[in-house]
Amino acid sequence: MARAAVRGRLNWTLGEVVELIDETPRVRSIVLDVPDWPGHRAGQHVDLRLTAEDGYQAQRSYSIASSPEDARLTITVEGLPDGEVSEYLVGELRRGDKLELRGPIGGFFVWEAVSGGPLLLVSGGSGIVPLMSMLRHREAADATIPTKLVSSSRSWDEVIYRDELERLAAAANGPEVIHTLTRSQPPGWTGYARRVDGAMLAEVAWAASSMPMTFVCGPTSFVESVAAALVLLGYPATSVKTERFGPTGG
Amino acid sequence: MAYISRGFRGKRAKEREDARLPPGQYLVDGFPVLSAGPTPHTPLDEWTFSVDDEAATLKTWSWEQFRALPSEEIRVDISCVTKWTKLDTAWEGVAIDTLLEGVEHRATHLMAFSDGDYTTNLPVEDVLDGKAWVAFAYDGQPLEAEHGGPARLLVPHLYFWKSAKWVRGFRLMDHDEPGFWESYGYHIYGDPWREQRYAGD
Repeated sequence: MARAAVRGRLNWTLGEVVELIDETPRVRSIVLDVPDWPGHRAGQHVDLRLTAEDGYQAQRSYSIASSPEDARLTITVEGLPDGEVSEYLVGELRRGDKLELRGPIGGFFVWEAVSGGPLLLVSGGSGIVPLMSMLRHREAADATIPTKLVSSSRSWDEVIYRDELERLAAAANGPEVIHTLTRSQPPGWTGYARRVDGAMLAEVAWAASSMPMTFVCGPTSFVESVAAALVLLGYPATSVKTERFGPTGG
Repeated sequence: MAYISRGFRGKRAKEREDARLPPGQYLVDGFPVLSAGPTPHTPLDEWTFSVDDEAATLKTWSWEQFRALPSEEIRVDISCVTKWTKLDTAWEGVAIDTLLEGVEHRATHLMAFSDGDYTTNLPVEDVLDGKAWVAFAYDGQPLEAEHGGPARLLVPHLYFWKSAKWVRGFRLMDHDEPGFWESYGYHIYGDPWREQRYAGD
């Protein structure tokens, strides 16, 4: 097992909001200038801390969306109904505000161009965020590692990073991007229109014999079923790395 | 001094519950699931639980033997390092005291090991005297696989990654060493009341 390098305490630091990007009606990317940022690897996350005027604090973890090569740090947040932190980030936060954060955190759900492949990324909804960091890193590092992204969204309008994914997929040596739209599809849609299942993965995922490195991220039920289906297809359990977010949260 | 987040009010827990909430945590009603890989499914007739030392297996139980051990009902609050805390969770399990009964050792620490190659380290004193269990039921039902069934460690006074899912035994050690998440930058001990989330906290 890889041992992380010994390091000191992760200290809270301030980042300034330099750009806000509405990715979908409910999802917003927050681009931060973090002068003290020590760098990260694709797949890691940060802890964010909000403080009210009376001292009340709330913390949550968010996946990093930007590549390690990007000078600015981007997180992408889905506004959850009643989510005390996500509602603030998606609704209230403005350019020029600052956010307290610390990180990077996590060293397991991580892919680097030097790790090799082929690479299989499977996302449900906003589970695409840490996988996008991997795709952006792959592009920034000029990696040609064969890569597929299977992305499940409710509708075409709710595909996060849609234009960028199209651009990446169209590039020479770009990743293959397979969308499935589970609730509604635009007129003339010829792609998948159901939840990711074993039959779909058998059609589009790498054969187990090619020894892919696999990252699955999404809601718990999504990750459970995708990971189980991949194991049934012969993927070694240890080659499938998962990250889940529960039905509750901030 | 913390930075004041312009326009942030937050949704506070009720005062009565607030006192039970470790720093930086928020309350949930559901039971979020977190794990590093696919959920393993070991059939009960192949399941064993063993207590090893560095050299040998000292004790081992089949599922049937394990379930014949005296068990207890446990009602505890649990806190995950990802910030959620769930109050009054109800479990049934076998106390580690019971599993270590009659085992002669001079161990200071143990490494719990699980299906799926997961490990986590604990000081021995943190699992004795009714502080930790191997739990096999949650809310009166057999523990579901996605929550760590058939059996998981339950060490409620530490962050919940220490309560290893799909636990299959532990190795007694005369020293401390990092387990799985501890090797990836999480705190070696993990006390939620001291907010020991990451190495160095």
